[in-house]
Amino acid sequence: MSIEISDVSKKFGSFTALADVTLDVPNGGLTALLGPSGGGKSTLLRIIAGLETADAGSVVINGLDATKIPAQKRNIGFVFQHYAAFRHLSVARNVAFGLEIRHRPKAEIAARVEELLALVHLSQFADRLPSQLSGGQRQRMALARALAIEPAVLLLDEPFGALDAKVRKELRDWLRRLHDEVHVTTVFVTHDQEEALEVADTIVVINNGRIEQVGTPDELYDAPATEFVMNFLGPVTTLDGRLVRPHDVAVEAHPHPGARAGRIVRLTRVGFEVRLEVGLDGAGAVDRPVLVTLTRTEARAKGLEEGSVVWVAPAPGAGTIAIGG
Amino acid sequence: MREHRRTGFTHLLRILVIAYLGLLVVWPVALVAISTFSRGVQPVLDTFAQPEVQFAFQLTAVSAFWAVLINTVFGVTISLLLVRARFPGRRLLSALIDLPLSVSPVVVGLALLLVYSNRTGWFGPALERLGLQIVYAPAGIVLATAFVSLPLVVREVVPVLSEIGTDAEQAARSLGAGAVQTFWRITLPGIRWGVVYGVVLSLARSLGEFGAVKVVSGGVALRTQTATLLVEERYQQFGAANTVTAYTAALVLALIAVVALVVVAALRPERRP
Repeated sequence: MSIEISDVSKKFGSFTALADVTLDVPNGGLTALLGPSGGGKSTLLRIIAGLETADAGSVVINGLDATKIPAQKRNIGFVFQHYAAFRHLSVARNVAFGLEIRHRPKAEIAARVEELLALVHLSQFADRLPSQLSGGQRQRMALARALAIEPAVLLLDEPFGALDAKVRKELRDWLRRLHDEVHVTTVFVTHDQEEALEVADTIVVINNGRIEQVGTPDELYDAPATEFVMNFLGPVTTLDGRLVRPHDVAVEAHPHPGARAGRIVRLTRVGFEVRLEVGLDGAGAVDRPVLVTLTRTEARAKGLEEGSVVWVAPAPGAGTIAIGG
Repeated sequence: MREHRRTGFTHLLRILVIAYLGLLVVWPVALVAISTFSRGVQPVLDTFAQPEVQFAFQLTAVSAFWAVLINTVFGVTISLLLVRARFPGRRLLSALIDLPLSVSPVVVGLALLLVYSNRTGWFGPALERLGLQIVYAPAGIVLATAFVSLPLVVREVVPVLSEIGTDAEQAARSLGAGAVQTFWRITLPGIRWGVVYGVVLSLARSLGEFGAVKVVSGGVALRTQTATLLVEERYQQFGAANTVTAYTAALVLALIAVVALVVVAALRPERRP
């Protein structure tokens, strides 16, 4: 149920934005479309909204084939990266827009706008113009505006992309709490893996117009299906022809089963974290050193220093993935 | 030292510009005003009592109104097409829009004669059978005026339209607004200052048009003589009264243009987003 995307393809000239994408978005969840820019995630979102038409394939929303339905009849709330505020209308009129279009009674509109502005903490700004709001406030206004029409689905295209880091973090937490309150099926696009891991129930990793993997944040992090997913979700290093996370590398000052010997060529400390670069014995000049991260306490307990001889191996239970496999 | 030389240079430039503008614009226009009142106020007041003068200004106002209205509607439509649509020949169309600015108005008038003249024109005879006379009639004046002022609205609206982008329009669509509702509620308010600015410029241009109107209208007093044509006719006739009439009409035209420019200047700061 909710959103079923089947075999959707889209080309812009000779550029393939989406190639045969099939995806079911669960009802009531908060789903992230995650991937690098130009990977096709925004195109997919815009196709769901009807702002872009697919070359092939179908989009079914709540059991209804929406492929041929124009954007204004899909009843979908859409939030744009750059707010898309109606600059000549007050905050309240912005939020009321969808209801005015639907010719709802004035009293009902006023009540609903008041309720939504309270929900997004903008009640005291109702009569201001969007230009008098900060970026974060504008985006909350855009969200209230999208929610006003009681959308079947809420879509957000890089909603926090234009905001500075601190506001982005706040809004991210706030979106999660808001979703827990309203429960509307929500899909948001992001290229920030941390944002996706933190906020989403389900993550869809999209690259080169294809879906790489769909799963919960934990599934994706612990059991990435492809090298790309593993790379995209966090730092990785290469050990014995396998990709492994630097914090999943066990490092000891003595030999241990399956471990390779090497020497610490570089040791950097960033706050509580210690980052090691270990040059393996017998490694060629082109081989890059193995990256290892551990806490300051661990590093000190093991007596690790630049130049120390160490033995490294993937930690037991570490998720690794064969390169080129 | 460099700073000093730069100020010296700036002063020189300023003097040059002021002298240039003074000799070319301010002094001649001031002379028009002086000549208008050279025989006192009474002849000027008498001018406005002449039926020919009243008719000429009325015709100018009506023609300018229709020309500006037509250009506003078409100008906004063409701007939407140029900015929002992608089609083969878009750049050619964009270049064509500028044509009336570069072609001499006399050529515009002759071209309109070729098409609409009721004896030799392409459409003229057919239109006359329908009872429509274009050439040597007010309709021709409107047409000629609309032609020469066509680019002004488009050139003002296109940059504003590009700047506001399509996000807000798409947001309106996603909120349930149709194409027409989106235009009236979102697009038009977004470009309103561009439209106003274009309308004011078109109006100023329309009131002052001479060459194209002269060719297509025939300039018959009390029938097809606009204010600019009246100025020319009276100036060439003998007699002090006629000269004063010409100067008075010219001064009124200049004052309207000045008011239009002041309005534009007053609107300009409002064009910020």
